[in-house]
Amino acid sequence: MGNNQAAAAVDVVGLTARRGAHTVLDGLDLRVPAGEVVGLLGPSGAGKTTLIRAIVGVQEVQGGTVAVLGRPAGAPELRRRVGYVTQAPSVYADLTVTENLRYFATVLRAPSGDTDRVLEQVDLVRYARTRVGDLSGGERSRVSLAVALLGAPELLVLDEPTVGLDPVLRRDLWDLFGRLRDDGTSLLVSSHVMDEASRCDRLLLMRGGAVVADATEAELLERTGAEDVEHAFLALVEEGAR
Amino acid sequence: MTPALTAATARRVLAQLRHDPRTIALIVLLPCVLLGLIAWMFHGTPVLDQFGPILVALFPLIVMFLVTSVATLRERTSGTLERLMASPLGKGDFVGGYALAFGAVAVVQALVVTGFAVWVCGMEVRGSLGAVVLVAVLDAVLGAALGLAASAVARTEFQAVQMMPLIVFPQLVVCGLLMPRDEMPTVLEWISRAFPLTYGVDAMQRLAAGKSLGDVAGDVTVIVAFLAGAVVVGGLTLRRRTA
Repeated sequence: MGNNQAAAAVDVVGLTARRGAHTVLDGLDLRVPAGEVVGLLGPSGAGKTTLIRAIVGVQEVQGGTVAVLGRPAGAPELRRRVGYVTQAPSVYADLTVTENLRYFATVLRAPSGDTDRVLEQVDLVRYARTRVGDLSGGERSRVSLAVALLGAPELLVLDEPTVGLDPVLRRDLWDLFGRLRDDGTSLLVSSHVMDEASRCDRLLLMRGGAVVADATEAELLERTGAEDVEHAFLALVEEGAR
Repeated sequence: MTPALTAATARRVLAQLRHDPRTIALIVLLPCVLLGLIAWMFHGTPVLDQFGPILVALFPLIVMFLVTSVATLRERTSGTLERLMASPLGKGDFVGGYALAFGAVAVVQALVVTGFAVWVCGMEVRGSLGAVVLVAVLDAVLGAALGLAASAVARTEFQAVQMMPLIVFPQLVVCGLLMPRDEMPTVLEWISRAFPLTYGVDAMQRLAAGKSLGDVAGDVTVIVAFLAGAVVVGGLTLRRRTA
């Protein structure tokens, strides 16, 4: 794939991290190439969120290095260049959609007019004046995504952005991710839904804090002879157990 | 810390409050209701003139402590704090924004409660009324600052609410409200000096007894120092990275 020559959006070497007393990642190595939609797939508990938290610089790490856009993760100059969506919609439920966006736009020093742009991108223009608490779960997570799009960050790190969305919206969001990629944005999107793999340029399969596969969907299916990513995942896990 | 981001955070916190009229009513009206009950209970006695100023300082401190500690904790549990810690917002902007917003609310609250005590309940202050308002405002802001610091220790909203008896009640016991401090056992009197509420109560007692602002300048200075200390502790205990 020539992947090693391409610039990396994220380069993780020997990452060890604990959540509470539990070691979730133990010497993890992985690369997220720039300019692609990379799917971070794996079951709940695989360590996806801990990895994502380390990439955006809010996870306490016990060892290893995480480089993001060529800088150490969490460096002050990265905080405007990396957009982050947490698993739960992290926006203020007691504010309207616009009030939320305006606040975060100020914090991220996003240009004026950016709030309207991101509202259109997530298709929430008609809810601009609605209190976030009055929106459905799926709408709320789109507000959270809109916040991450403010200031057009170079890298978007999205922790399960499509959970609880209806299939039409999920398709629309994956279309949006594709357009963002075409505009030069790198995306790392986690999901525990294996059928979203086909929307990714590249897949990182995680289980038990380790990467079990780093390939395109086609490579993965070819290597395992499985008919879909779910079965490929099972094949890899069984292979590893042997 | 960036002034524009601190101000934006304060505006955002105030906007959240504006969407929540019930909390505003609780913040401003609850102390008035309690004060009114006491005025009614002790009608015809000098109790209100003697203790009214102390209560004017006390109720806002407790209310602001609770409101602030729960509000900041909600920010931790909802994930918005994590998002902000991944953003360019400084820790000082976060704490400063909260202190400014709840400080502004505390000013309104102290003004309304003092006004209610004087004009509705008929509380007579022999000393400077302006100084009573000043001490009441500082105590309310102190409550907000202590709540901010306490919320850093609490992990759940249950714990945050329990911080109130932990941090406020011991201060109430030894602040001189139940017994004059010079009649307390020496050790308790020493302990009382380590608590900020002692100075608020002491200032109010002096003002009720006819002293002026100059006479309570020492108390006011100590309250301001505690207030600044609590804001700094709130900022220091905030972590960009958590386990």
